[in-house]
Amino acid sequence: MADDPSAGGPGGGPGTLEPTPGGERDLLRFRDDPAPDEPAVTLDTFLDQSNAVSVLIESGDDVRRLAPVLDRVRLVEIDFPKFRDGRGFSSARILREMGYKGEIKAIGDVLVDLIYFMRRCGFDSFAPNVPLDRTDVESVLNRYPHVYQHAAADDVPIWQLRHG
Amino acid sequence: MYKYDQYDQAMVDARVEDFRDQTRRRLEGKMTDDQFKPLRLKNGLYLQLHAYMLRVAIPYGTLNSRQLRKLAHIARTYDRGYGHFTTRQNLQYHWIKLEQAPDILAELAEVEMHCIQTSGESIRNISADHYAGAAADEIMDPRPWAETLRQMTTFMPEFSYLPRKFKIAVIAAKEDRAAMRWHDFGLRIVKNDAGEIGFEVYPGGGMGRTPFIAYKSSDFVPQHQIFSYLQAVLRVWNRNARRDNIHKQRMKILVHELGEEEFTRQVEEEFQHILTLGTDFPQAEYERIAAYFTPPPFETGLPDEIDRSDPDFAVWVDQQVAPHKAPGYAIANISLKPIQGIGGDMTAEQMEVVADLAERYSFDELRVAHTQNLVLPHVRKADLYAIWQVLREAGLADANLDLVTDIIACPGLDYCTLANARSIPVAQKIAERFADLDRQRDLGELKIKISGCINACGHHHAGHIGILGVDRKGTENYQLLLGGSGDEETSQAKITGPGFDEAGIVDAVERAVERYREIREPGERFLDTYRRVGMDGFKEAIYG
Repeated sequence: MADDPSAGGPGGGPGTLEPTPGGERDLLRFRDDPAPDEPAVTLDTFLDQSNAVSVLIESGDDVRRLAPVLDRVRLVEIDFPKFRDGRGFSSARILREMGYKGEIKAIGDVLVDLIYFMRRCGFDSFAPNVPLDRTDVESVLNRYPHVYQHAAADDVPIWQLRHG
Repeated sequence: MYKYDQYDQAMVDARVEDFRDQTRRRLEGKMTDDQFKPLRLKNGLYLQLHAYMLRVAIPYGTLNSRQLRKLAHIARTYDRGYGHFTTRQNLQYHWIKLEQAPDILAELAEVEMHCIQTSGESIRNISADHYAGAAADEIMDPRPWAETLRQMTTFMPEFSYLPRKFKIAVIAAKEDRAAMRWHDFGLRIVKNDAGEIGFEVYPGGGMGRTPFIAYKSSDFVPQHQIFSYLQAVLRVWNRNARRDNIHKQRMKILVHELGEEEFTRQVEEEFQHILTLGTDFPQAEYERIAAYFTPPPFETGLPDEIDRSDPDFAVWVDQQVAPHKAPGYAIANISLKPIQGIGGDMTAEQMEVVADLAERYSFDELRVAHTQNLVLPHVRKADLYAIWQVLREAGLADANLDLVTDIIACPGLDYCTLANARSIPVAQKIAERFADLDRQRDLGELKIKISGCINACGHHHAGHIGILGVDRKGTENYQLLLGGSGDEETSQAKITGPGFDEAGIVDAVERAVERYREIREPGERFLDTYRRVGMDGFKEAIYG
């Protein structure tokens, strides 16, 4: 689970554990571009409104529907209604596979033990319902020295380290 | 067998610290029990009736003597002096204290072992043919593939929270000793006409309350693409499975609801996409791992005869010893099903005896079978008598492999919060009823499997004779099933009719078995007779 926050995610700058000021919700952001402030709308609405830039993905939504309009997306919020609902992990990784470089924010029941895997799936900001302890965040993000397989982030899998 | 390098060791060591930290945060009240539960489950820690149970992964059922001695040490130091081998080739301890679990993980990490993903909604320990590397009928050793997939499926970020558990089995022989088609993802290694290695893939199997036998989704996935194919299957399931009812979230339910054709179509589409991402491991990595599974240096010119002058030994040889691919060698099965015992249980002292045997006689290798027995995979035929004498001394020389008393039973109401009925006492009563070894051997291969509730941990759907414990108006009631199998002709057992009480089920089993004895044709096993005559051939004998 140890992503290296200093390596940055896809499209991201150096990570920071400082909460971004301004919002009421706890926010953990690993990007250095300005945060989009347009409110996110549901996927159906987003597809209908050609000027919308922020979209909310609920856990049953198929993110592949964004493919034709990907160039106007600046923020994707992926909702975790329950922390055990893992559909959002696939949604984030699929967005990165589609070439999306903008912000992917995990919202909802986001717990500290999820965020290392979320980082690896391409999430680069987090707005959890309950604020996260920054010391715990730091330790979970730095715990695992390696990864066994590719995901959305550009980690080098162990097999690649073994074979150069 | 496989040896960790610095990377594998670093990952397991990090997992120990991860779990230590998670346990600390739970004990300090920084997370709720609801939040902690999936985390501990992903590390094999499961709350049972009386205490925590800790499930240790034994990848593809392969162990060395040092590891088994460590398991004995843990049993003695942290548990009540014994452990229980499971139907996923793992070992579990039933009397664990939460505060000590991180220390146990640290002990396991010293011998290249762990509890990663042995429970919870995760990709579980990958099982394989327990005769792998020794069987005369395999086209290659399946374990290098199982080990490669073990690494690739460890901490897969996209599948951190799958809808339910996901079980993989790998075989490489015509005969299926691993119940491959009862898994979520069954793999059979095959060679195509061009001599290339690949996989037949069987997704969507599983037991539980809604049993399905896996179907074949592909005749040939090339070996270097198998990880992409696996990711495609997992992704189709992760995105589409229900999340509203835990009993309907296994992949088999999705396969059933979409239909095999549509599920295959979606997997193929996703597979073609994932292939473009370059996530498959290279052939060099497979070869690096396969090198650890090079056959041991078998001696040549060994005698093939076994001195059968001791009649008790001769019976044990006939029942427990299987053919080996190397001349002069044999596969020796160790029964963990003594008549009065609890199937799969082993004391720390017995573990140490068997560890010594493995070290001295079997190139330091041992296997756990999904039938909850142990295997010494590579022994010289000339050493069998000495091995048998040591086993007899340790109470491990029962000669009942695949016979009516070689019963799989789940922990049942004696341990498990889910159970509706006890399983272990029923298994013991059946074993006592058929204790006479001559009678058992006359009846031949007969696999009885007992579950204490519909979750089917005792594999009753796959029993030649299955028994399912249910709760009927507050009393334990047992349904009888016939005709299941986990072998290469996989079949699902069918219920005979109304259930029985505890004494009644033992009598009913005996009536079914006696019926078989009356009507069998020469050479027919119980299952063959059942398949020939069907349920009607047994029903009257059972119900009168």
